[in-house]
Amino acid sequence: MINKLCTETFGLKNPDSLKTYLDKQGYQAWKNIITEQTPKSKIIEKIKESGLRGKGGAGFLTGLKWSFIPLMDGQKYLVCNSDESEPGTCKDRDILRYNPHSIIEGMLIASYAIGASVAYNYLRGEFMDEQWKVFNHALSEAYNAKLIGKNILSSNTTIDIHALIGAGAYIVGEETAMLESIEGKRGMPRIKPPFPAIKGLYGKPTIINNTETLASIPKIMLNEPGWYKSLGVNDTEGMKIFSMSGHINNPGNFEIALGTPFSELLNLAGGMWNEKNIKAVIPGGSSVPVVKGDIMMQVNMDYDSIAEAGSMLGSGGVIVMDESTCMVSVLQRISRFYYAESCGQCTPCREGTGWLYKILTNIILGKGTQNDLHQLERIATQIEGHCICALGDAAAMPVRSFLKNFWSEFEYYVDKKESMVS
Amino acid sequence: MNPEFIINEELGKLISNVVKKFPSDKKRSAVIESLLILQHHNNGYVTKNIIKALSDYLLVSEIDIYEVATFYTMINIDPVGRNVISVCNNISCMLRGSDEILSHIEDKLKIKVGESTKDNKFYLKDEIECLAACNGGPMMQVNHKNYENLTLEKVDEILESVNDK
Repeated sequence: MINKLCTETFGLKNPDSLKTYLDKQGYQAWKNIITEQTPKSKIIEKIKESGLRGKGGAGFLTGLKWSFIPLMDGQKYLVCNSDESEPGTCKDRDILRYNPHSIIEGMLIASYAIGASVAYNYLRGEFMDEQWKVFNHALSEAYNAKLIGKNILSSNTTIDIHALIGAGAYIVGEETAMLESIEGKRGMPRIKPPFPAIKGLYGKPTIINNTETLASIPKIMLNEPGWYKSLGVNDTEGMKIFSMSGHINNPGNFEIALGTPFSELLNLAGGMWNEKNIKAVIPGGSSVPVVKGDIMMQVNMDYDSIAEAGSMLGSGGVIVMDESTCMVSVLQRISRFYYAESCGQCTPCREGTGWLYKILTNIILGKGTQNDLHQLERIATQIEGHCICALGDAAAMPVRSFLKNFWSEFEYYVDKKESMVS
Repeated sequence: MNPEFIINEELGKLISNVVKKFPSDKKRSAVIESLLILQHHNNGYVTKNIIKALSDYLLVSEIDIYEVATFYTMINIDPVGRNVISVCNNISCMLRGSDEILSHIEDKLKIKVGESTKDNKFYLKDEIECLAACNGGPMMQVNHKNYENLTLEKVDEILESVNDK
């Protein structure tokens, strides 16, 4: 049996409509909570017990995060992070347009559990033509059905959900930068502590969860304890959507059991494009270290197995590269992105990302030296761990891993002033 | 030279709907969406007069609005062509041939990335961000609408079908 958490309505007729969602037991978990007035602690306990981990990239335990919220009364906020922009990742965009009500229901349950009367879903600006419209329409359907708003389903519970739109800035996906952006400021990450659960939006306790994480909540609440855990295979727990892109025949989003071998996932995605050999894989969005293809073929798609291979599961954005790929060009493209997206707040990141990009560009132009390769390593080391947020690390990790795994290809480029593969 | 910008009733209504999403003393939160609304109304870019008008409307200082306008890449503070083309050329799209798509558009429109055509019909945005359609690469947005699995022929068709306002 194939279990689906966030993708159940995908491929159905009118997948985004309230009716479709209700036909799939949608809002049943929410209705149960409202009728039974389930104690908040019981919900947090169930999510904790499920082992659900944040699906945006960091993989932090969701129930544990919720439990950091102070118990005292007062204004609290929930924020859904739909600022999907980690290169290689395009799962939230599909949940937003094909299953928006699962996000709304997840946001309602999360808001109730942490005691927030207001929740925001922050969508990236580039979603304005499709996902923004679909999500707003779903919101108004849910309001009309009295599932959100004042005195929900004639109870004393009041929760409002608003959709917000960004305007183009990768860094806003960082949770404290998102809070700044919601406050109408530049998206510059805050120094932690204090963590948002204590001092978040407008200085109030706030929980920020990824879209896929929140969309997973309703099914977990509806099922028996232990159900979500049981979905994993090969000694792991739970499920995840993987966005498969790059040199494969059938790119797409695949919601599968955590622990599934990468080779199976590759088959689901139609195998290698033009029957070429696999050279390398970036398994969790462009920030995570690259893994050589032959090693990746032995890895299972779960947190531990990917970590053993020297990388991270991250956001689940899996980028597959075949033997024709020039690793120098790919790294230069990655570095250009982090250079452009650095918010400029911390010197090591602001200056370092620029140096990485410039040195790599020089190499591509045939002006690189052997010393440049060591310089790249030194700069990456100087950025990593020295900044307020993880963007600097995200820029440094690819550089170090590309050099480590493909050093001879970089040396070749510097010596011959051309790519080894072209 | 530069007449004062007036937030008319229609725009005021749109902006006040944004303001309503936030606590009554947090109008600054409405800056980003308001700028997008005003920009859409003003051929795709905001002027100093627009920033001044929004400043008066939300009671947020002009510099606070200006720094937001310059931080977020979807907000333009200079005039741009009427139809915005963004070609994603981040890694997933690059692996599927986005560089050829981009140079084809540059050749076809006789402009470089970051420029607008002479007749101001098109603006080819310098798109460095990944547009989150990685499994549809190569892809582009024209006026924020996604076009995926592009080929050179498809690009020609799409650009020729753009009805100028």
